[in-house]
Amino acid sequence: MKKKRRFKRGEIPTASMADIAFLLLIFFLVTTTIDMDKGLGIILPAEGEEIEIKKDNILNCLINSSGNVLLGGEPIKTKDISKEIRRKIAENDKLIISVKAHEKTKYSDYIAVIDQLKMANAKRISIAEID
Amino acid sequence: MKIQRKTKVSSDIPTASMPDIIFMLLIFFMVTTVLREYSGLPVELPRAKRIEKLKSKRHTSHIWVSKEGLISIQDKLHTVENVRHVMYDIRAADPLLTVSLKADKSAKMGLISNIHNELRKADALKLNYSTKTAVE
Repeated sequence: MKKKRRFKRGEIPTASMADIAFLLLIFFLVTTTIDMDKGLGIILPAEGEEIEIKKDNILNCLINSSGNVLLGGEPIKTKDISKEIRRKIAENDKLIISVKAHEKTKYSDYIAVIDQLKMANAKRISIAEID
Repeated sequence: MKIQRKTKVSSDIPTASMPDIIFMLLIFFMVTTVLREYSGLPVELPRAKRIEKLKSKRHTSHIWVSKEGLISIQDKLHTVENVRHVMYDIRAADPLLTVSLKADKSAKMGLISNIHNELRKADALKLNYSTKTAVE
C-alpha cells in the first residue's frame, strides 16, 4: 500500500505566515530606537548682517562665569527671568533681548537663560559675540 | 411553523489577509526607521523645559562638543577653525539643514560662541541646542 502524501504537490503552507511576519514586525519594533532629537531652536543671524537698533529696544542680559545673571543692570535669579521678561515685553513689544555670556560661563547656565527666554515667548533673542 | 434562517452568520474574523496587513506594517517600519549613523562623543546634555522637537532626522547634522572642548562632526574630530569648512560642505549638500549642537553641560561658552561664528560663516543658520527634558 502506498502512503498518502500530506500536502498536495506544489503548495506552500501559509498558515504560519502571519506568525513569521509578526515575529519580524516585533523584531523591528524592538530594535528601532525612536529617540527624537529635541532641544531649543534658534536662528543665527547671517554673516555680515548688522542692523542698528534703538537703545530703548535693547535689553542686555549678561551671564558671568559663575552663572549669575544681570538683566538690564539688575542682578536677578535665573528662575525669575521669564516673569521679568514677560513684563518687559508687555511694555515694549519691540524689545530685543541681547544675551551675552562670559568666556568661561558654563553651557548649562546659558541654556537655562535661553530656556527662560523661550518660556517668556521672547521671539527676538540676540546672542552677542564674546570678545 | 418556525422560519429558518437561510444563511448562517459566521462569527470568525477572516484571517486570510492577515499576513498581507502585517507585511505592510513591517515594510512601513523598515522604510521609516533611520538607523543611527554616528556615535559622537560622550556628553551629558543640559536640561531645559521649553523644548521643541526637530522636524526631520534626515535634515539634521550633529555637532558634538565634549566637556574637554573636543569637537566632533560625523565621527571625526575637528578644530574650531575647521568647523566652517566641514559644515559648509554639509550645508551645500542639504539646504534644509538644521544643526543640532550636542554640547556637554559643562562646556565653556567661549567655545560655543566660536562655533556660532563658524556656523554663521558656513551659512548654517538653523541651530538647535540639544537638551534633555527637565521635570517641571
